[in-house]
Amino acid sequence: MLSKRLIACLDVRNGCVVKGVNFEALQEAGEPASLARRYNVEGIDEVVVLDVTATLEGRRAFEATIQAVSRELFIPLTVGGGIRTEGDAAAALDAGADKVGVNSAALADPSLLTRLAARYGSQAVVVAIDAKRNGTRFDVFARSGSTSTGRDAVEWAVEAEARGAGEVLLTSIDRDGTRAGFDCVLTAAVSTAVSIPVIASGGAGTFEHFADVFTAGRADAALAASVFHFSEHAVAELKGYLLGRGIPVRC
Amino acid sequence: MIALIDYGAGNLTSVRKGFRAADADLFTPGQPADLSRASGIVVPGVGHFAATAALDEGWVAAIRAAGARGVPILGICLGMQWLFEGSAEAPGACGLGMMAGMCARLPRDEAGVLKVPHVGWNALNAPRPSRLLEGIPPATQVYFTHSFAAPLTPETVATCTHGTIFAAAVEKAHVFGVQFHPEKSSAAGLRILRNFAALTRA
Repeated sequence: MLSKRLIACLDVRNGCVVKGVNFEALQEAGEPASLARRYNVEGIDEVVVLDVTATLEGRRAFEATIQAVSRELFIPLTVGGGIRTEGDAAAALDAGADKVGVNSAALADPSLLTRLAARYGSQAVVVAIDAKRNGTRFDVFARSGSTSTGRDAVEWAVEAEARGAGEVLLTSIDRDGTRAGFDCVLTAAVSTAVSIPVIASGGAGTFEHFADVFTAGRADAALAASVFHFSEHAVAELKGYLLGRGIPVRC
Repeated sequence: MIALIDYGAGNLTSVRKGFRAADADLFTPGQPADLSRASGIVVPGVGHFAATAALDEGWVAAIRAAGARGVPILGICLGMQWLFEGSAEAPGACGLGMMAGMCARLPRDEAGVLKVPHVGWNALNAPRPSRLLEGIPPATQVYFTHSFAAPLTPETVATCTHGTIFAAAVEKAHVFGVQFHPEKSSAAGLRILRNFAALTRA
């Protein structure tokens, strides 16, 4: 049976891992390569490196950071932040990424997803969607949560799949960094609308939150940053808990 | 040295890194004739089966000739599917045909619980002993990412289940294939790469 994946996210700024709340108030959490090494040993299933300020500063994700992280890992590595063109994606993949996460650039030009999928295969193309509740619907935001696009998260996920995305990295802006639990309503809405895997992100605080998003949220994978960075919960303990709840994970 | 075939459809960086960690030396042949000095051949691959069309007659002939000399061959993911006769993904493109059968799409699940593509860690079930999978205990989880898969045949040495049961690893004399990505499958994956590297030195 396919396991539910636990993914550690490294939000990187200026070569350092940072962590914010609601996409703001960033604080430092360590050096990317050493965190990657630790996660690999602890049994994390996948790592995502996001260059959180790349798009805002109009530059590519740091290739040196990607190389340093990739050296430590023999598990999948996704890189996001500042991927605007096929050239940006090529640079990230050549530096050791297995997948690229595309967010603002895909919203501005959805055909980017198609071009990347044609060149590298859909398995290498992750559409990152940042969504915020607006009544009963979810609005998509671009540029690290700073710009409302007026688009609906479920509709955009469906379009992104049709255009070639192989996975959805779905972040709840409302829950980001709050440790109040994943937005299971948002996650389930997107996960049932697409046939590609959905990675839930934003709000992880307790073991139960992970169990909730894998069941009620119908997530295929769950991503977290601070719960892993600050060692509050070892990966192995979380996996043990999930197995006890009948949720398949890799041990 | 092991030849890593670059036909524009592989994440060569990861495969190279995996073999380096497995203490094996790789080279990327620039032309089919370079395969004459290969001690082993790795055909990587991600993406659409149509991409294998880049492996033209020259490459096919050189890979076949190496296979006939007994050079171990390893196909990874799309590279494994290419060892078969073809795939429903690209009916116009021929596979190498070293393994009998056609690759088919994994079935979609009506209830929407199982997703295609099959992405993530899933267990290997090993129905028979394998040189490639030596030291890999049953139920070891490895990393998959694919929508099409090879059928079960007498060459199947490990299976996996996602909606249907499919060939996760094949072995026929010195020709091997894995549907999963050993270079992304942590310690178990590196063991498999090491096993293949050892076979190229035998």
